[in-house]
Amino acid sequence: MSAHADTHAHDDHGHHHKETFITKYIFSQDHKMIAKQYLITGTIMGIIGVMMSLMFRMQIAWPEQPNVLFEALLGKWAPDGVMDADIYLALVTIHGTIMVFFVLTAGLSGTFSNLLIPLQIGARDMASGFLNMVSYWLFFLSSVIMVLSLFVEAGPAAAGWTIYPPLSALPMAQPGSGMGMTLWLVSMAIFIASSLLGSLNYIVTVINLRTKGMSMTRLPLTIWAFFVTAIIGVVSFPVLLSAALLLIMDRSFGTSFFLSDIFIQGEVLHYQGGSPVLFEHLFWFLGHPEVYIVLLPALGITSEIIATNSRKPIFGYRAMVASILAIAFLSTIVWGHHMFVSGMNPFLGSVFTFTTLLIAIPSAVKAFNYITTLWKGNLQMNPAMLFSIGLVSTFITGGLTGIILGDSALDINVHDTYFVVAHFHLVMGISALYGMFAGIYHWFPKMFGRMMNKKLGYLHFWITAICAYGVFFPMHFIGMAGLPRRYYTNSNFPLFDDLANVNVVITIFALVGGAFQLVFLYNFFVSIFYGKKAEQNPWKSNTLEWTTPVEHIHGNWPGAIPHVHRWAYDYSKPGHELDFVPQNVPMKEGEEELQH
Amino acid sequence: MTALLTILIVFFVAVAIWQMVKIFDLASVGADNAQIATDKDNKLNGYLMMAFLVFIYAITIVCIYKWGDLPLLSNSASEHGSQIDTLMIISLVIIFIVQTVTQFLLHYFAFKYKGEKGKKALFYADNNTLEAIWTIIPVITLAGLIIYGLFTWSSIMNVNEDEDPLVIELYAQQFNWKARYAGQDNVLGKANVRLIDIDRANILGVDESDPNAQDDIITTELHLPVGRPVLFKMRSQDVLHSAYMPHFRAQMNCVPGMITQFGFTPSVTTAEMRQNPDIIEKVANINKIRVENKAEIEAKGQDLRYEFDYLLLCNKICGKSHYNMQMKIIVETQEEYDAWIKEQKTFKNSLIN
Repeated sequence: MSAHADTHAHDDHGHHHKETFITKYIFSQDHKMIAKQYLITGTIMGIIGVMMSLMFRMQIAWPEQPNVLFEALLGKWAPDGVMDADIYLALVTIHGTIMVFFVLTAGLSGTFSNLLIPLQIGARDMASGFLNMVSYWLFFLSSVIMVLSLFVEAGPAAAGWTIYPPLSALPMAQPGSGMGMTLWLVSMAIFIASSLLGSLNYIVTVINLRTKGMSMTRLPLTIWAFFVTAIIGVVSFPVLLSAALLLIMDRSFGTSFFLSDIFIQGEVLHYQGGSPVLFEHLFWFLGHPEVYIVLLPALGITSEIIATNSRKPIFGYRAMVASILAIAFLSTIVWGHHMFVSGMNPFLGSVFTFTTLLIAIPSAVKAFNYITTLWKGNLQMNPAMLFSIGLVSTFITGGLTGIILGDSALDINVHDTYFVVAHFHLVMGISALYGMFAGIYHWFPKMFGRMMNKKLGYLHFWITAICAYGVFFPMHFIGMAGLPRRYYTNSNFPLFDDLANVNVVITIFALVGGAFQLVFLYNFFVSIFYGKKAEQNPWKSNTLEWTTPVEHIHGNWPGAIPHVHRWAYDYSKPGHELDFVPQNVPMKEGEEELQH
Repeated sequence: MTALLTILIVFFVAVAIWQMVKIFDLASVGADNAQIATDKDNKLNGYLMMAFLVFIYAITIVCIYKWGDLPLLSNSASEHGSQIDTLMIISLVIIFIVQTVTQFLLHYFAFKYKGEKGKKALFYADNNTLEAIWTIIPVITLAGLIIYGLFTWSSIMNVNEDEDPLVIELYAQQFNWKARYAGQDNVLGKANVRLIDIDRANILGVDESDPNAQDDIITTELHLPVGRPVLFKMRSQDVLHSAYMPHFRAQMNCVPGMITQFGFTPSVTTAEMRQNPDIIEKVANINKIRVENKAEIEAKGQDLRYEFDYLLLCNKICGKSHYNMQMKIIVETQEEYDAWIKEQKTFKNSLIN
């Protein structure tokens, strides 16, 4: 326990050192404030990322048509309002980068790990408040650099979010691979440093700062998910950092880690002996675990929200923990399924097919356990609950097609088509986004002391749910028809003319879905200031965060930290009058704790 | 089109804002409104869950009906293609069954057990038998799929060199494809980008001193004799590309600095495929669409009429014109192929001295 947390342990009655505006709102070391900072930054990045996707969706649906929006937003990249092919690829690239890393990694994990880990395990703060602050500000810096890269002369990085060299290494291959890519790499290097500091802090906090009675088997599943996510991050993010550094060496210092035998624009380059396939290995060694870094926190949040709102214990707690651990382990040995047709030895392809399809087993266990948790529950349809059910739905739909993509023989024909785009958007994009929305609706009272409007929440959920399926379900079919992703326009292939109308339908769903996110933003920002004041435990939940006062105080609990006497899921337990028994309520005489 | 688009966007934004304001106003009136779901909310959302289930089923049926049997999904033009298609169909059937059942359970439970005041949920935390069942069923299903998949994969990827496959190099550069036939000896001459000599028209960097290279033939169209195994050797001179031949269920990346390979046996000639009823229907449909968009297509300088051809597409992001990196593939009888190849210049004769 750090000295910082210690002082507060002795300082039970809330005599806090004076905080200035700067230490309270800007360079805050309080985990609750840092969580809010992550959330607001992530939301702003999310708005940018989604706007980009709407722009390139319009280009796909109505290729090379003048558009006032493009003219206004893209400036020189859209002469006469017609989107340029280079900026199309840049939009695709930056959309992917922002959504995967800045929104669904930092925005999701950063917000909820910071908010919930100390509150749910019964700690005054993170193990190191200072590192936590540094982690946020590094994330902020990397976000600023990523946004700045949009404004460089030759355009932002445009080699796809996977930045495979040589395309990303050679400015002659693509204008975005000049200054734009340099800034991308710098931004990501800082981002990774931020992520590592955050993750180490989460791990140390969960291991060391649990309150009395909070054994690992009594941890809420949210904490299990955040804990394991942090471990995956610590194991895999450094590999991406090394790949980025080696790429910087190749780009700027003439080394040949990833490049060999290149003839471009009339001249032979000096590179010899490197291999782009090596970069693919390094990238996907992070890239695949990254999927679970994004998804596991969302699943953890969902576990908590589904149990609370079903007024039932989560079904199969031990199996849920085991499947989180199994997914985490397997996630580090499946990266090769992104590379079946990369030129890698076919035997390796067989190995990766085997490990990849194994992941379906713990995933299936999780899905069935969620469904069984609903069974014979008393479901409270709060917006957070709707998004959690929605998550299970998209997780199933998107996860099932993984059986096709993970099968090397089938991947040959759908690799890099829209089938892949549909698959990962549903299973990790939409699912994780739903997890994030669910978390915001559920913990908003904890974060801001006020309630979000439920009717706007319902409107937001139902329109989003319909649009998400409307966008990504038909996309599987154009993928199976052989339509490659990342094409600026399909009009040079008459072969695909009969798919043009599908693309229009998809884009309309995307535009409507995108527009209705304004409902959420409005609800979110207005509720911060004008929402109805929250009670202490609005959802009648068992976890410790709801035993803290509504008004935030430094150190979380005004008195002693509560002790824990039971697991987090004693909902509707026979022998208790209320349908929930918070974790800090001692066992009644003769009451048995479940052998979970 | 722009006008329509703008109107559309403005309209939806307006609707969104109107809805928000209205609902927010309504909601913030009564002081008893706690923003926590009431029985009424539970009931409404429970019914909406069922409606949503119907929506998922409907969109599935519409998609399968309208786009479920695109000619690219069936009618493979290579010998291994039907293996992939069979595996694909088995996988899709399993997926659709699981999807239908689990989505039903999820949404039906959400509807059936919608909350009511005073009701108490069943305290039901664990059941090892159930857990075992839904661990073992996926294990068995996946074991089957994995074994089937791996057999298919290895039979596709392990090229049988004894069958004397026709060796062809696919050469990728920003933003076009070239094919290099191995010629009479069926052995490709050595090549390296450092040997490229544009002035002498040695565009692929073929080694002039290699005897095997003399009879190589470089073309911009890919002709393949039907029924003969082909072994493609892929090369790229600048960035990653991917040689994607969807009709043949074939794909392999082209990687600068290394040679990758993929082999298959074309089984249907271009002429035969054009007579296939599915393709005739597809082509007629496309031509109908093209007539509707006549002005745009002619403005781009494309032929209005579409005729079916096999294609090689680039399927790995490679730069600005990635979307237009293609090469026509023609599968023909051995005689037609022999006649065509005879007319092509050999490497030795194509050099400018």
